[in-house]
Amino acid sequence: MSVETPSRLEKILAAGHLAVTSECGPPRGSDPEGITKKAEMIKAHVDAINITDNQTSVTRLCSLAACIRLKLMGLEPVLQMVTRDRNRIALQSDILGAASFDINNILCLSGDHQSFGDCPQGQNVHDLDSMQLLQTVSYMRDAGKFLGGDDIQRPPQMFVGAAANPFADPFEIRIPRLAKKIAAGAEFIQTQCIYNLDKFEHWMQLVRDRGLHEKVHILAGLTPLKSAGMARYMKNRVPGMDVPDDIVKRMADTPKEKQADEGVNICVESIERLKEVEGVSGFHVMAIEWEEKVPEIVERTGLYPRPVVE
Amino acid sequence: MIVADKKPIEEIIENVKNNKDILILGCNECVTVCEAGGKKEVGVLASALRMYFLNHGHEVRIDEITLQRQCDHEYLEEIRDRIDQYDAVVSLACGVGVQFTAEKYHATPIYPGVNTCFLGVTEARGLWTERCQACGQCILATTGGICPVSRCAKRILNGPCGGSTGGKCEINKEIDCAWQLIIDRLTALDRLDDYETLCPIKDWSTDRAGGPRKVSREDLQL
Amino acid sequence: MRLQYPIGIRVVRVPCTGKVDVLYILHAFEKGADGVYLVGCLEGGCHYNSGNIKARNRVEQARKILDVIGVGGQRVEMYNLSSSDGPLFADYATEMNGRIQEMGPNPIKLARKKQAA
Repeated sequence: MSVETPSRLEKILAAGHLAVTSECGPPRGSDPEGITKKAEMIKAHVDAINITDNQTSVTRLCSLAACIRLKLMGLEPVLQMVTRDRNRIALQSDILGAASFDINNILCLSGDHQSFGDCPQGQNVHDLDSMQLLQTVSYMRDAGKFLGGDDIQRPPQMFVGAAANPFADPFEIRIPRLAKKIAAGAEFIQTQCIYNLDKFEHWMQLVRDRGLHEKVHILAGLTPLKSAGMARYMKNRVPGMDVPDDIVKRMADTPKEKQADEGVNICVESIERLKEVEGVSGFHVMAIEWEEKVPEIVERTGLYPRPVVE
Repeated sequence: MIVADKKPIEEIIENVKNNKDILILGCNECVTVCEAGGKKEVGVLASALRMYFLNHGHEVRIDEITLQRQCDHEYLEEIRDRIDQYDAVVSLACGVGVQFTAEKYHATPIYPGVNTCFLGVTEARGLWTERCQACGQCILATTGGICPVSRCAKRILNGPCGGSTGGKCEINKEIDCAWQLIIDRLTALDRLDDYETLCPIKDWSTDRAGGPRKVSREDLQL
Repeated sequence: MRLQYPIGIRVVRVPCTGKVDVLYILHAFEKGADGVYLVGCLEGGCHYNSGNIKARNRVEQARKILDVIGVGGQRVEMYNLSSSDGPLFADYATEMNGRIQEMGPNPIKLARKKQAA
């Protein structure tokens, strides 16, 4: 796959390296340190940093502003954009806003329902869904036009991504859904965090059977567990999450003060195993409110230092 | 049909507590089927209000009439000769009927007696669920007869989203995931290949977003 | 059986309590009844399958309305018994009568008197 955009993430993937990305949640206030501090912790250990977009429908500093902060620090942001809160005018507008700061990566999502967050009585928009947003960004970039048909002055040069969840229901359309996202314009995928390695490898086999691994870069998502309680919570209370019993047991059998370390160990072991899986192009380490662990995870898995690309 | 639910009596009392001649106006169609505003409900509300006002030492006349519908001129005309006797009307019709009655008799306050909820079906006695949001451009042919606009909480047209669990929606375990239903149906119809066809960006201008809507059939107009 | 039960109870016979409409209950109170109670078959033993269940639902509906309008939801009640259980019939009559005596007359009655005056 040849490089189309100035995206550093795209260049690293195109050069055949295993990419490493991570994620920062913006603060629930206007203090930029809420972003800059987290970014400082991980910047040398990742190729790009995702900024979540009002995740779980909890109102936070907007993803676009936080991405601009990263850009001003000389870092590579991935703008996460949900369709829940903005209509097609605002979506295109924000895409151009990001492009004006040369933000070159976007992850197109639907977004959690607003009933989960702090404004359950609000409207949701969903003028477009995540597939249609993929189409929109690709169209703006490749045709250089707005959805309405007018030309865009300096079209966005974005590397377009989508999310995939190998563990969601129903399983039988996971692969058709991935194929659909690729057809809609997805060039890279970040998966939901993986604990069930067997099931993930099975999904990857199906991906390879259809040749999809050659059409899109897949970054395996991982989140280190902090405690047995977190493992249980993820297993029982988070939709679309598959945490096998033996992982929960392993965490529970560890003494409480050592559980965090064990969670990091599991994460490191998972990455080592997934490195060997054909079609895995990299890793998306989501250490939510635990960003300080990212450098350790990246170093222990031999993925440090990060490659330099032109 | 249009599904409605009774407003709390306290709310209705608040509207008419100073009136002396009240008409409770029911509707014989949708609100009768969903047992919110038909002749029976008119009778119950009227009796309850009479007793309430008596209890509060307030002399009131409360009459009961149920029209066939309140969304057609002909039926609303049936009360033209009596409407001036009343200083308030509580209409138990859906929001459509309340408004049309108010348009017709604009010198008389018309209060709603039900909350109009949605377009839906009677799944069982006492249980009604939503099926249609009148988006104006029906796509049921491509989704196996199940509507993602009305039955998906995010009205996703290329679903399901990542929150679908065990065939249920992420917002509530009792709500079916519309896309699970669609996939099951396409499978049953042996059309699962259709799943990969991308549903294009929707034209919402025929939905609420485009403003108050109208259907005008010149072939029917005299 | 010639058992005693309180005077002041007017018995209205129906083929099944399922025949009793919410409106009958409300109209009874509108006309000044101090209390209304239904006596139906034991649940599961309704001659017409579920008439007594419907009756119970309607009693609940009426109760809620009577509370809101200030008449008092406890003035209406649903009882179930076997049709041969004379003693229990008398007990329920006594119980309901006692409850109504304690609650006092239907406020509607007094209000009507005032209005007529």
